[in-house]
Amino acid sequence: MLDDFFIRALAAGVGLAITVGPLGCLVVWRRMAYFGDTMAHSALLGVALSLLMDLNLTLSVFAVAAMVSVLLLLLQKRGTLSTDALLGILSHATLAIGLVLVSFMTWVRIDLVGFLFGDILAVSRGDVDLVWGGGILVLFAVVRLWRPLVASTVNPELAEAEGLEPERARLVFMLLMALVIAIAMKVVGILLITSLLIIPAATARRFSASPEAMAVAASLVGTVAVVGGLFGSLTFDTPSGPSIVVAALALFVASLLTRPRPALRQGDPA
Amino acid sequence: MLQTNTRTAAPLVSLTGVGVRRQGRWLVRGVEFSIAPGEIVTLIGPNGSGKSTTAKAAIGVLKPDEGSVARKAGLKVGYVPQKLSVDWTMPLTVERLMTLTAPLKRAEIDAALAATGIRHLARAEVQHLSGGEFQRALLSRAIARKPDLLVLDEPVQGVDFSGEIALYDLIKTIRNTTGCGILLISHDLHVVMAETDTVICLNGHVCCRGTPQAVSRSPEYLRLFGARAGQTLAFYQHHHDHTHLPDGRVLHADGSITEDCRPDDGRHDLLPTGGRAGPMRIVHTHGPDCGCGQHPAPGGEAGGERRDA
Repeated sequence: MLDDFFIRALAAGVGLAITVGPLGCLVVWRRMAYFGDTMAHSALLGVALSLLMDLNLTLSVFAVAAMVSVLLLLLQKRGTLSTDALLGILSHATLAIGLVLVSFMTWVRIDLVGFLFGDILAVSRGDVDLVWGGGILVLFAVVRLWRPLVASTVNPELAEAEGLEPERARLVFMLLMALVIAIAMKVVGILLITSLLIIPAATARRFSASPEAMAVAASLVGTVAVVGGLFGSLTFDTPSGPSIVVAALALFVASLLTRPRPALRQGDPA
Repeated sequence: MLQTNTRTAAPLVSLTGVGVRRQGRWLVRGVEFSIAPGEIVTLIGPNGSGKSTTAKAAIGVLKPDEGSVARKAGLKVGYVPQKLSVDWTMPLTVERLMTLTAPLKRAEIDAALAATGIRHLARAEVQHLSGGEFQRALLSRAIARKPDLLVLDEPVQGVDFSGEIALYDLIKTIRNTTGCGILLISHDLHVVMAETDTVICLNGHVCCRGTPQAVSRSPEYLRLFGARAGQTLAFYQHHHDHTHLPDGRVLHADGSITEDCRPDDGRHDLLPTGGRAGPMRIVHTHGPDCGCGQHPAPGGEAGGERRDA
């Protein structure tokens, strides 16, 4: 029989995989992988602040990630540096400030590796509830805002001209990303969150005929990766977070070896 | 013209003294025009003359830094942007592109695709379309939602000559059947759609305006392009009396150089409504709203042909 902790890990992992599927697709379509990374890195600053000021960990991580995304929006509006460079600055600055703050707090013993790589086998019942509760909230918002999100991904000016308020969709998207990072941190850790967003989405691309199909497929691929990775980590006694990412990568490589679905070629001229 | 009477209706959008400024430079300034239901307005002008900027200001994508834009309440816009690239990571069929900004009925999608002649491509991925096919898909998408105002930024780019004529025919049909207003940006400085009611030539400001019909019926034109093209395309013949220098200053015909170019800077011969005469030659048929300001009396546009010189 499986142990309780393993069941909880499965429940949390699967819940997270389903949640990040559609968001991961949006990150891939919008070419925002590095943005996801930046927000994830800023999570460590959130951890440090939560310890320093005795705040709720998830809330504090969410607040810092959201602040970083707002800061990015403001810096982008000033338009002096490329988004690329801004992300590089914010990403490593927040990570470094987080690490420095943690080192000052000699009175707390902090499991840095746990935050960086996650410890899904240690999730509590409360964590599982958080993943599913937060996940349902995120999915509800994504479904409601799906059309503006997809339309503004294709062309923000088109979406604006036809009355879809792309700025609002973008803001909500960033807040949802911050929420997902706050939730996902315990499962796969700060350094691997982006991979759970991107690899299932990239894998799903080859089997999908529409944005909606790709979003669902990404959730399914993520779920298979979580289950496969957890059982792999149990079997080979490997760290669970990285094992999940390796499983996702294996699925992606397998997808590269398959032929694209025929309909993909249907529209080829000549 | 077919839609003359509808143009007495309230304008769908009207721009008054609109200017857009970016990083200390005026992209466009002092733009005035309006589009009524059933009217086709074509913007022409050299690269960087502010055509797309003006169109974006008209539909509210850009906020003007001076002047004002008034849009009819609840105005439904169909927009074909100048540049649109769909990242290959997004699986998007032509069919799905149609419902990008609003849901549509199956029959509406089919009708719009059939109108542009790409119904057979409904299930093709947009990344696999040729330039011309993609333009047709974008146009289908914009017309399928039955807009009040259709804004087409270089809709015939990448389309071959006969395809261009077919698309202009289609745009004319859309206007005649739905009575929507159309703001068209032409990629060609001299050839515009013959059905255009008003041509506005931009070069950072409104250089001149008029209607193109007279020229399209000229024998020289018909000999050059053939009678079929003559029904669809028209010359808009004009030349400018000043040049915009790379550094943003303006070289006038008299050799003087000024910092910028405003209709009211005294260096342009002014017409009452902002249209201009002087060294510029506007060859056009006058109508109640040809915009040249010289012939306020109403009259049939197809009838009283006169030539400005």
